[in-house]
Amino acid sequence: MKVRAQFAFVFNLDKCIGCHTCSVTCKNVWTNRKGVEYAWWNNVESKPGIGYPKQWENQQIWRGGWELKDGKLQLKSGSRLDRLLNIFANPDMPEIDDYYEPFTFDWARLQNAPLSEAAPTARPISQITGERMDKIQWGPNWEDDLAGEYDKRAKDVNMKGLEKQIYSQFQNTFHMYLPRICNHCINPACVAACPSGAMYKREEDGIVLADQDKCRGWRMCVSACPYKKTFYNWESGKAEKCIGCYPRVESGMPTVCSESCVGRIRYNGMMLYDADKIEELASTANPQDLYEAHTRIFLDPNDPKVIEQARKDGIPEDWLDACRRSPIWKMAMEWKVAFPLHPEFRTLPMVWYVPPLSPVQSAIDQGQLPTSPDGVIPKSDVLRMPLKYLASLLTAGKEEPVRQALNKMLAMRSYQRSVHVEGKADISALDAVGLTEQQAQDMYQLMAIAAYEDRFVIPTGHEEVRLEDFHGFQGQNGFTFGNDSSAGISAHSLFPERRKETVEPKEEAPSRRDY
Amino acid sequence: MDLHNFIFSVYPYIVFGVFFLGSWIRFDNEQYTWKSDSSQLLSKKGLRLASNLFHVGIIGLFFGHLAGLLIPHKVFLALGVSDMTHQWVAISAGTVFGGMCLLGAVLLWLRRMFTPRVRAASRWMDINILGWLALTAFLGLSTIPFSIHHANAGDASTMIVLAEWVQSIAYFRPDPDLLRGVDTVYKVHLFLGLSVFLFFPFTRLVHIWSAPITYLIRAYQVVRTKRGLIRS
Repeated sequence: MKVRAQFAFVFNLDKCIGCHTCSVTCKNVWTNRKGVEYAWWNNVESKPGIGYPKQWENQQIWRGGWELKDGKLQLKSGSRLDRLLNIFANPDMPEIDDYYEPFTFDWARLQNAPLSEAAPTARPISQITGERMDKIQWGPNWEDDLAGEYDKRAKDVNMKGLEKQIYSQFQNTFHMYLPRICNHCINPACVAACPSGAMYKREEDGIVLADQDKCRGWRMCVSACPYKKTFYNWESGKAEKCIGCYPRVESGMPTVCSESCVGRIRYNGMMLYDADKIEELASTANPQDLYEAHTRIFLDPNDPKVIEQARKDGIPEDWLDACRRSPIWKMAMEWKVAFPLHPEFRTLPMVWYVPPLSPVQSAIDQGQLPTSPDGVIPKSDVLRMPLKYLASLLTAGKEEPVRQALNKMLAMRSYQRSVHVEGKADISALDAVGLTEQQAQDMYQLMAIAAYEDRFVIPTGHEEVRLEDFHGFQGQNGFTFGNDSSAGISAHSLFPERRKETVEPKEEAPSRRDY
Repeated sequence: MDLHNFIFSVYPYIVFGVFFLGSWIRFDNEQYTWKSDSSQLLSKKGLRLASNLFHVGIIGLFFGHLAGLLIPHKVFLALGVSDMTHQWVAISAGTVFGGMCLLGAVLLWLRRMFTPRVRAASRWMDINILGWLALTAFLGLSTIPFSIHHANAGDASTMIVLAEWVQSIAYFRPDPDLLRGVDTVYKVHLFLGLSVFLFFPFTRLVHIWSAPITYLIRAYQVVRTKRGLIRS
């Protein structure tokens, strides 16, 4: 047993309202720079839909993640040699149009246009070429709230095996939001694919980073990540990805996306896992068993043997305490209501999702749907969203664990309804799903009330174990452009300069005296 | 000292001085700029063919030149490689790899110039170095008819002289006079080729130093730790 701690997330999809605040705050903090205009470390997709970049889940196209070859784990893009042979032109690399061509608008035109009958318009301008774009064809969130043609959205690989035509009818349509960030996987494919060894996982908290100085721009991480959450900065020529807001996390603060989530759907916490079991569990033969295998890699932070080994492996006492209070542990392991996204990619992702319930209230009111004994809460099998779809997202198609999770969430509601509406606790629904009253109350507290200090249980980093003079580093080294504390770019350099400055509309906004 | 003497005795040392020192300084001080600077994200079309042709061609050319010019004449003879065999191998390998390299370079250069997105993201030096390599490859290919002419006449002297000159530079006994009688096309090719090393540290070519061969024997997962860096 080798104990490691992992900074992990749960996103409660049942409460996501698709407001994109997470995406916008993330972009404003980390990717509002040239070369990564198109890159959204955090994005929120409307499902069903093909997502961002297009068809990211379809590994027939991108060959991301791992597969079993003769029982052994290998990247889907082939052996190490295969990748080196493809290094001059990576055949699995997405193109900018698979994301979208980043654009701004000619805002100045709105003020500069000469007097005319028609109102002036701000036309789109490419942020790559600086040229006018005729028409924006695709964007980071083109399918928002089921926008666009159904047939295109239905190319979503999770729709496989579903009666697509039935769900195209308005009264049968279903919809959910899927916020996505880097999964900070336990078995990351991006790290394994990096020819220069620039991608790495931090031993202390498991955050996966791309070393900006060591990256040589071989682009293998971009295609190897099955979630397409490693991006190529076309300005700097380096790979960039979600950094788990590590400067914040090290200070005990939640990530920006989690902090700013208005629906309070995001949970940050620590998990302990056994690093000796990674290969064995990721090599589980049947993809439908991978979710269950993943739960077996976690170690119980209350087990004295685990605690003893964790201390030997250098995990600080306050971190062990945080593991015992981890909201992730509660949802993923105690209540089993959270699941990894696409476990069949075999990367052991560490952003887990609580599946959404889908409202069918009006159907119940009309007496069309079977309900639990309280006559109000529907049964999980008659929810609007096909269970098969959720299972395809979260458990490689195995429906039972997802059904049980939904049943627990429904039972918790039924119980709380009896307490608050009837004024008398009815635990029959809880008994049916094997929850105790205490568990139902804890679930309610964590998932419905979701207080800040319950959602975010983040121990601070221990810089004192790393630096002899840590005061000397105060205020330095957040996210830099390489070369440590310098910006890496000087006004006059013998070496390649920065490309021309960020493309903006050519005409300046009128100055005050022009009025 | 005339221009000939300068280019073929002093210039190579300037070139390789800049090449090694420049690479070293840039590696030490400008890691963030040390990269292949791929533009594949911006345009994939035709890149697979062009980039592979170019890279396979130029790698073949590099090692072909390295072996053909730096291995002493005696060693070739001891291995039973006659001068004529050597010359014909050089001509055929040079034609194949040179052809691939030139075709690839021209395709890449056209892509860089005429694909709007790639052009917008191109620096002055990106365009120049690619053009320079294409020109060098073109002049290299232009020497082939001369070499064939020599080979048909059973005359390997030009090839031997070129190798001797390269070795005279390598052993720090520069002898520019060896090249006095050589056809101009060889000399121009030599100058262009040498200059590539002069430009090298100031371009994306530095990624060659970082060819990730060690990846083949590395463990898949890389974990870095902060712990234990303090000597207790």
